[in-house]
Amino acid sequence: MSTESTSVTDAPSAVSPPRSTSAKNPARRRSGGSVWWRHGLGIVALIWALFPILFLISAAFNPAGTLNSAELIPKSFSLTNFDTLFNDPARPFTTWFKNSMLVAFIGASGQVFIGACAAYAFSRMRFKGRRAGLLSLLLLQMFPAVLTFVALYLMFAKISDIVPAFGLNTVLGLGLVYLGGAMGANVWLLKGYFDTVPRELDEAAKVDGASHARIFFTMILRLTMPILVTTFMISFIGLFSEFLLASIFLQDVNSQTVGVGLYSMSIGNEANRLFGQFAAGALLCSIPVVAIYLAVQKQIVGGLTTGSVK
Amino acid sequence: MSQATKTPPAPVSSPADHDSPKPPLWAVIVKWAALALVVIAAFYLATRLADEGYTLYIVILAFVVMAVLAVYSTRRNIPMKYLLPGLILLLGLQVWPIIMTVSTAFTNGQTITKSETIAAIERNSVQEVQGSPRYNLSIAVKEGDDVATGKLFFLLTGPDGALKVGDEKGLSDLPADGVVKTDSGKITKAPGYTILNARQVNDRKDLATFAVPTGDGTGIKAVGLSAAFEGRATITYDEASDTLKNTVTGQVYVVKDARFVPKDGQGQAFPQKWKENVGFKNFQTILTDASIRAGFLKIFSWNLAFAALSVITTFILGMLLALLFNDERLKGKGFYRALLVLPYAIPTFVTSLLWKSMFNQDYGLINSLTHLDVDWLGNAWAAKAAILITNLWLGFPYMFLITTGALQSIPSDVREAAKIDGAGPARTLRSIIMPLLLVAVGPLLIASFAFNFNNFSLIYLLTGGGPFDSSNTSIGNTDLLITYAFRLAFSGTSPNYGLAAAVSILIFFIVAIMSYAGFRRTAALEEVN
Repeated sequence: MSTESTSVTDAPSAVSPPRSTSAKNPARRRSGGSVWWRHGLGIVALIWALFPILFLISAAFNPAGTLNSAELIPKSFSLTNFDTLFNDPARPFTTWFKNSMLVAFIGASGQVFIGACAAYAFSRMRFKGRRAGLLSLLLLQMFPAVLTFVALYLMFAKISDIVPAFGLNTVLGLGLVYLGGAMGANVWLLKGYFDTVPRELDEAAKVDGASHARIFFTMILRLTMPILVTTFMISFIGLFSEFLLASIFLQDVNSQTVGVGLYSMSIGNEANRLFGQFAAGALLCSIPVVAIYLAVQKQIVGGLTTGSVK
Repeated sequence: MSQATKTPPAPVSSPADHDSPKPPLWAVIVKWAALALVVIAAFYLATRLADEGYTLYIVILAFVVMAVLAVYSTRRNIPMKYLLPGLILLLGLQVWPIIMTVSTAFTNGQTITKSETIAAIERNSVQEVQGSPRYNLSIAVKEGDDVATGKLFFLLTGPDGALKVGDEKGLSDLPADGVVKTDSGKITKAPGYTILNARQVNDRKDLATFAVPTGDGTGIKAVGLSAAFEGRATITYDEASDTLKNTVTGQVYVVKDARFVPKDGQGQAFPQKWKENVGFKNFQTILTDASIRAGFLKIFSWNLAFAALSVITTFILGMLLALLFNDERLKGKGFYRALLVLPYAIPTFVTSLLWKSMFNQDYGLINSLTHLDVDWLGNAWAAKAAILITNLWLGFPYMFLITTGALQSIPSDVREAAKIDGAGPARTLRSIIMPLLLVAVGPLLIASFAFNFNNFSLIYLLTGGGPFDSSNTSIGNTDLLITYAFRLAFSGTSPNYGLAAAVSILIFFIVAIMSYAGFRRTAALEEVN
């Protein structure tokens, strides 16, 4: 068997022979039909994965707009639900959407910037407490931030009195909370990537008279842009979907995020009537997240597996 | 002062420190402008803190500002320049809440202090003093504040036409500039204030207990929407005996369980409770109170089962699909993969709420497709099944992705060696692929377990922890510890922050013990160099 086969990216399953000899291998012919059952099962898997999404889309375009009239396969098409969605003063979807975007943007950009600063220090500088700092950041991540929701709520109830702009019911306040874990959340991932940027580049810039700040802002940040963009998008998706803290911080209907708002539409007696409107909103707010996700899917998978597959 | 400048840890000087080059002028200007902004913001915060009486926090704020100045105004401490913002946020918004959670767990979970409680009771008991003046009243909040939650102000016109403004601290003169009054003297417009309309006033439940203190035991209270009177507190506090006394009826109230109750047991106690340390009582309650303990064990076992079954089912489905598509001859793998990860890409709240609708007994898609009539969300076991099905749907793509990655990293010479040794496909899978796969994804499975253990949004949005048994309405059949703690804190008439915090801490220990195994397996701890 040739050594070439070790570089095959789509590793063959146990039954298939290596690529280099596959063309004339009798084993290929023996299991030649097996691809079709794979397709068959693949289609079953697709049905399982997609039927709820199909239902969501069909409900969003269903003219009747109620849960009992919603069907898996759409029979008619109308934009009534979207129309109601954008013109319902009691449920300001556009405001919710804006709030979600804003809080996720503030949180994610802050997380990435603070994470990048910390990663730069941990990757490029040697100082007392560096190892201890890195390890304590890792340990702190073990205490899930959601568990402190009681304390955070009580704390921001007080902040509401002192600086109302950052208190409960404000997007800024929630964004601030999301920054609490900024340093710990991504620093390990970022530091790993920063370490791969050759130190010689820094040294050369330093010899040329660049300050540490200049090296960081004009060189390191540019060289690590791919991981920064990926981290930003992962954080963005996570914060866009965050529900627990958003639901206790944002009680006022105009300050809510899209998740909290859609939840309020799905409870109570009106849930059935509002289902079409809900589906339209759910569909609209899924689109940007899915788009981001598909754009960075490769890097996310890479990030998920690099830590473990070694 | 000199102490504070030493607070940031002194760094070991890096070679660039002594002869680092001069930064450009604009950078220097930006830096000092930013520092000036920090100082101004801190100054504003300090005045606000002083207004509200949080002296301790002013000291903390001063330390933070000095740390910022010490780090950024000198050319030393270069690592700290990059770590300080994150560190401040980390300490303030993650470490401090953890400390507060721990300390709340040892209290009865009330938020106001005893002296605040006494002050509120005294203010509340104000009754009109015979012959005292009546004021024309407008109720307002500061301009820009939320009318529903902003701090209340009384804009008053005295019988002599004098303009006053009062808040919970006391009375002061209102500048007459720009103030508009009706003929009867009621203020309709005042610069810097937003005057509430009748509906907004009615929505302010805190108005009933609001009074402007004017002196020893007297205060101004609202009667209706547009009048106020000066009155005298009928209840006074006696510090020596730690009792409240109603000066009209002579009733004496004594302290019991962090509230005032009538000494003779006749009549009603005051509803206000204050914060009190209770030691390990909250933990003791969880472990010994018969109904809570039984419920806690029930929640705990379902919590474990939910997390374990979620990981197992999603992993098995994800792995089978990864094996299915892990065949180089299969065309269109990219197409399958892109579509199969969609459930994972959709926001969790959408997934949970969508499946909640699909599980609706009467109109839901699941019952109509399968021609069943299962009360998915109303039956304890069906609800558990519904949750696991939903979590399977939204979780299998993740497992599919990571096992695909791990399968591709298994070197093919290992398989070939197995084949040469005569192992069939099944044997290769069982003895070669699976062990290697599990080593690779093991830590991720543990992380997934820890995540699902606290999977608040799925449960909260799908079942809300329910269905609830009629015998115990505080503990639902699909409650996780975290949704239970959430309900303790944020629903019902008497929030029990103390017990909720205690449950949070127990969750932490449980998760920490279980994650410990995971951390031991990963090499992360050794990799710091």
